Amino acid sequence: MELRNRQLRDIYVDLLIQYAEKYENLVIVEADLMKALKSMPFFEKYPNRAINVGVAEANMIGVASGLANMGKIPFTHTFTPFATRRVFDQVTLSVAYAQLNVKMVGSDPGIMAQLNGGTHMSLEDVGLMRNLPTMTIFEPVDGVQLAAIFPQIIEHNGPVYIRLLRQEFDAIFDDNQTFELGKATPIIEGTDVSIFASGIMVKEALDAQKMLEKEGISASVINIHTIKPIDKEAIIKEAKKTHAVVTAENHNIINGLGSAVAEVLVENYPTVMERVGVMDHFGEVGKKDFLMEKFGLKAKNIVEACKRVLERKKI
Amino acid sequence: MDKRQFLEEKAKEIRKLTINSIATLGVGHVGGSLSIVDILTVLYYDQMHIDPKNPKMPNRDRFVLSKGHGGPAVYATLASKGYFPIELLDTLNQPNTDLPSHTDKNKTIGVDMTTGSLGQGFSAAVGMATAAQLDKAPYKVYAIIGDGESQEGQIWEASMFAGNRKLDHLIAFTDYNKMQIDGDVNQINEVSPLDKKWEAFNWHVQVIDGHDVIAIIDAIQKAKETKGKPSMIICNTIKGKGADFCEGTVGSHNLPVTKEMAEKAIERLGK
Repeated sequence: MELRNRQLRDIYVDLLIQYAEKYENLVIVEADLMKALKSMPFFEKYPNRAINVGVAEANMIGVASGLANMGKIPFTHTFTPFATRRVFDQVTLSVAYAQLNVKMVGSDPGIMAQLNGGTHMSLEDVGLMRNLPTMTIFEPVDGVQLAAIFPQIIEHNGPVYIRLLRQEFDAIFDDNQTFELGKATPIIEGTDVSIFASGIMVKEALDAQKMLEKEGISASVINIHTIKPIDKEAIIKEAKKTHAVVTAENHNIINGLGSAVAEVLVENYPTVMERVGVMDHFGEVGKKDFLMEKFGLKAKNIVEACKRVLERKKI
Repeated sequence: MDKRQFLEEKAKEIRKLTINSIATLGVGHVGGSLSIVDILTVLYYDQMHIDPKNPKMPNRDRFVLSKGHGGPAVYATLASKGYFPIELLDTLNQPNTDLPSHTDKNKTIGVDMTTGSLGQGFSAAVGMATAAQLDKAPYKVYAIIGDGESQEGQIWEASMFAGNRKLDHLIAFTDYNKMQIDGDVNQINEVSPLDKKWEAFNWHVQVIDGHDVIAIIDAIQKAKETKGKPSMIICNTIKGKGADFCEGTVGSHNLPVTKEMAEKAIERLGK
C-alpha cells in the first residue's frame, strides 16, 4: 500500500478494506460524511457491511453500540466535534460504560477543520474523550504510523477514538518503523529540552528542533500518538534526562496532550514545562497556515517555549 | 390452567417480586416498572426464544429495556424464570449489587444491553437488529420504550433509520402510561398521535391494552408475521399497575415504599 504522497483518508479507507477481508465482523457506520472520508470504495466492496444512518450522529453511535453488542467491530466516522461533544453521552454510556468495542473516527481535528470554521473546530475533543474510563485515544502523524497501528486498534478489545487528519500530511516516518499502541515514539534524541508532540505538531516540533540546534540547544522530539493511555515511563525517562519539557498539540492547552503530560510529571517527577497549543480560544475560519500562525502553533512558537522553559530550568 | 390464567398468575407473581424488592431498600421506580410487567411476562414466559440455563445462547432472542429505570421489573422477571436466585432481588440498589436501578448488561445475568440515558437503548436495539439483518440471523430483538422517553430526539433518529432499513428483526413496545416525572405527558409535551407518527416512519403499528396478556401475544404474532417492516406495539398501560398505594398516579414514578405498604399491596394483589 502506498503510504506517502496521498491523503490520510485514502490510506485509512484502504486499510478498512484490506482488514475487512481478514476480520469478517468489521463494519463501518457513517453519518452522511461518506464523501468527506471518501469511504465509497468500502461501500462498493462490502455493501452489506457499510451503513449510512444519515445526519443522525447520536443514532450512529447507538447503532454502532448495538452492532458491537452482537460481536461486530464497527468503525464510525464523522467530523471530530460531532464524533465527541455532540454524542458525548452516547459515547459515555452506550459505548464506554456498556463496555462495547466501538472504534470512533473523528476527522479534521482541531484547526484542520480549516474552511468549515469555528463551529466545526474541535479543540476539546481529546479532553472529553480523555475523561472516559477505558477510552483509548490515537492521533496518527502520517500514513506509515496509521498503517502500523491500525491492526492493533482492531485487535484491541475496547473503545478507541481515532483523531484522523483527512487530507495531506507530512511524511515523518520510514516505511520500516514500528509502533506500538500506548507507547511513545522517540524521533530525535536531545539533552537540553524534551518536546512531546502529537499529530500535525510533530512536523513543527522537528522544525523547531533544527532551529534550536542552530542556536546550540539540543532538543529531544518524542511523538505521543496514543494520548490515552499515555506512556508515563517514556515521559518520566525524558524528564529525568533533560529536566525541561515542552508539549505541542493541535488542541486547547486545557485537557489535551499538555495536560496529560503535566499530570504525569507533577505526580512522578516535577519538571519545568511549557505547553504550546490553542490558548483556551474557540477556533475560527481560515486555512491551515493562517490558523497555525494565529493560534501560535508554528515551529517558532515551540522554539520560544523551549527557550522559556530553559530559562526557568536555570532557577 | 389455560394460557391466560397461567400468564396472569405469573404477572401477579412478578409484580409481587418487584414491589418486594423495591421495598427492601424502601424507595424506587415503582410506576414504570409495574406498567410493563404484563409485556415482560408474555415475552419471557411465552414468546422469546431463551434458555435461563444458557443465558448467552448465541441465537437467543434479545431484549432491551430502553426505559432502563424499569429495571426492577426485569430483575423480578429474570429471577422468576430462574436466571438467578429470587433472594438476589433483595440486593436491588444495595452497595455492590448486581441489580442496579437501571439495567446493565455487565452486571446482571440475562440483561442484553446497558440502558438508562433515555433514547439510547432503543438506538442500540436498532443496531442489534441491524446486525441480525446483516447476518440473516433467526433471532428477534425486542425493546420497550417509554412514552416520556418518546420525547427524546434519538428515538426518532433510530425510528427513521429502522423503518427505512426495513428492520423486521425488531419488535418494539411503547409503554403508553401517559405519565412522566413532571406530570401528564399531554401537559408536559404531548406525544400523541403515536400510532400515526410510527406509521409515518414506515413501521407496522398496533395499539393494544398493555395489560391484556392475550392481546400482547396476538400483537407479537402479527409482528412476527410482518415482513419488511419493524413493528411498534403501542401498549395502553397504567403507571404503577397493581400497587394500590400509587396505581395511576404521577407520583408513582419514584417513591418511598415501606414494608407495610408492600405487604398491603401484595395482599390486595393476591385477591
